[in-house]
Amino acid sequence: MERGPVAHQSISRRTLLGGTAVLGLSALASTGARAAGPMTVGVIYVGPKDDYGYNQAHAKGAAALKGLPGVEVVEEENVRETNDVQKTMESMINMDGASLLLPTSFGYFDPHVLIEARKNPTVQFRHCGGLWTEANPKNAGSYFGYIAQGQYLNGIVAAHATKSKKLGFVAAKPIPQVLNNINGFLLGARSVDPSITCQVIFTGEWSLAVKEAEATNALIDGGADVITCHVDSPKVTVETAARRGAYVCGYHADQSALAKDRYLTGAEWDWAPIYKGFVADMQAGKAPPNFLRGGLADGFVRMSPYGPAVSEAARKNADAVKAEMMKGGFAIIRGPLKDNKGNAIAEAGKGFAENAPELESTGYLVEGVKGSA
Amino acid sequence: MSDLGLWNVLIAVIGGAIRVSTPFLFVSLGETITERSGRINLGLEGTLVFGAMSAYATAVLTGSAWAGVAVAGAAGGLFGLVHGWICRLPRVNDVALGIALMLFGSGLAFFFGKAFIQPSAPQLPAIPFGNWSDLPQIRAALQVNVLFLIGAVLSLVLWWGFRNTRTGLVVRIVGDSAEAARAMGYDVDRVRLLATGAGGVLAGIGGAYLSLYYPGSWNEGISSGQGLMAVALVVFARWNPLACFGAALLFGGAGALGPALQSVGVSQGYYLFYAAPYVLTLGVLIATSSPNHALAGAPGELGQAK
Repeated sequence: MERGPVAHQSISRRTLLGGTAVLGLSALASTGARAAGPMTVGVIYVGPKDDYGYNQAHAKGAAALKGLPGVEVVEEENVRETNDVQKTMESMINMDGASLLLPTSFGYFDPHVLIEARKNPTVQFRHCGGLWTEANPKNAGSYFGYIAQGQYLNGIVAAHATKSKKLGFVAAKPIPQVLNNINGFLLGARSVDPSITCQVIFTGEWSLAVKEAEATNALIDGGADVITCHVDSPKVTVETAARRGAYVCGYHADQSALAKDRYLTGAEWDWAPIYKGFVADMQAGKAPPNFLRGGLADGFVRMSPYGPAVSEAARKNADAVKAEMMKGGFAIIRGPLKDNKGNAIAEAGKGFAENAPELESTGYLVEGVKGSA
Repeated sequence: MSDLGLWNVLIAVIGGAIRVSTPFLFVSLGETITERSGRINLGLEGTLVFGAMSAYATAVLTGSAWAGVAVAGAAGGLFGLVHGWICRLPRVNDVALGIALMLFGSGLAFFFGKAFIQPSAPQLPAIPFGNWSDLPQIRAALQVNVLFLIGAVLSLVLWWGFRNTRTGLVVRIVGDSAEAARAMGYDVDRVRLLATGAGGVLAGIGGAYLSLYYPGSWNEGISSGQGLMAVALVVFARWNPLACFGAALLFGGAGALGPALQSVGVSQGYYLFYAAPYVLTLGVLIATSSPNHALAGAPGELGQAK
């Protein structure tokens, strides 16, 4: 994780070369960043920061900032996606003097971050998961990672482990990021064995322990023998699945300690280099990029070490695809491909690379996924 | 694993009823004891959360899940006694105090529970009643936790006890008419203090089930309002412990309906399926309500402003 300078270089390079049309170097306004003196970074979490999941991944990123010279970090956990987050942001700005805010939960962006960004033009807001556009305030922005790449690799490993040819996915809400992960997981598995299907169950909320356990049980009762998820804290899903004897692919963070030998691998975030990059930009007197995306190749996403149940063939297969992904431009959604209602998503010969803007608004589940978005 | 199609839904609902109902059952039995004595303790949600945390923490530290259950019960009893003790002071409103204790219990649990979100605790044992079957689905559904069985027996004992034992009758008299109880020489405050304490013990044990068996993990969202729903279940069950058992099973089963239907391909409108338990409650309450008389079975002293 400690590869700050290198990672920062990669961010600046990506910022300059920019795969995405709207990549913004725009907000260089003199008010936008404070060059000198200690700076305070405010990080806001929707849940506890040691949840074995989404919040823990961000908290690790924030922890990497704490050792940097001239940087102070203030954090608040369990902030709901309501007016509460506006109050938290205001208190971080007014009481703690924060000049960079990282509100990390999806639901914080619209309207809360946008409102506060307009109110506080001298403060920089970088939100995780939102879709910043040119129409939004210039002192706001969004960053996210192509973690569907990790779910694709999860799917490859899962395909080698499954006997029933049925995979299970516990999902929170049908938003584009979640749908991309479900699609990635199944398409990865289908790249090994096209007969594999994936059942998805939506719980409707980011964190609902009992419902996640029920969903995991329902998937396994339905015949799934490899389970993964996209909820804030995979702990309940991972533990429930492992207790029932299913294999588990992790998400957000490394959950191998929870599932022991049932853990295959997992798609993890690595926010430390990204956050260090933001801080370095601020300290250099410029605004961090408004729109930042990256995947495996950029160090945003990484894989958990393989568990003992992963076969040699599975390792080789996943490693080979990972090497392809590291070159950039790997298209998970590749034509000819239909969604699970029979509509064409991509014609033959067409594909969406990880940075394709189409993937920011995915509204479908691919053929072979059982469930509806 | 064989594909059972729609049968899966039925098995899942039965399994879900057994898995999910226990916290509802314990909290609603506890609240029944308290309300039968004429007090409302809305703080049981906080007690449930604190019970979950203290049970998990104890199990992590001692390595014994049953020690966790004991500590959760004791902590819950303490919360109940605090509620009962403050309520006997003049001009204290039990509803308002209950809400305060609910927030206090949850807050305290979050504070002390910080260090226990990550570690894994030993789990309570389950009895495999499904071994006669070859179907893994049925085997899984009939993994019955010991606490569920204790809760089932307890509801029977309480139902019988309220009718046939001296203690049960005293609690009911105090709950129906404090004046009459005083005239008969009973210490109303003391009976209510003990009834609230007993209610707290049960709610704490309900919390232990959440963190030590199902879903079997401690985090701050573990209860997601189950304690409050269980208090509402008491009204639904008309203060009858046997009906509490039925209502808890119904709620557990209805909660399993949403995920089970999605797993067999009924995936449209899952938000509506998730609302099933609440729609059910509304329906029953409307069907049994009457503008002409108070709810049958309601203790006479309940909810009277002091």
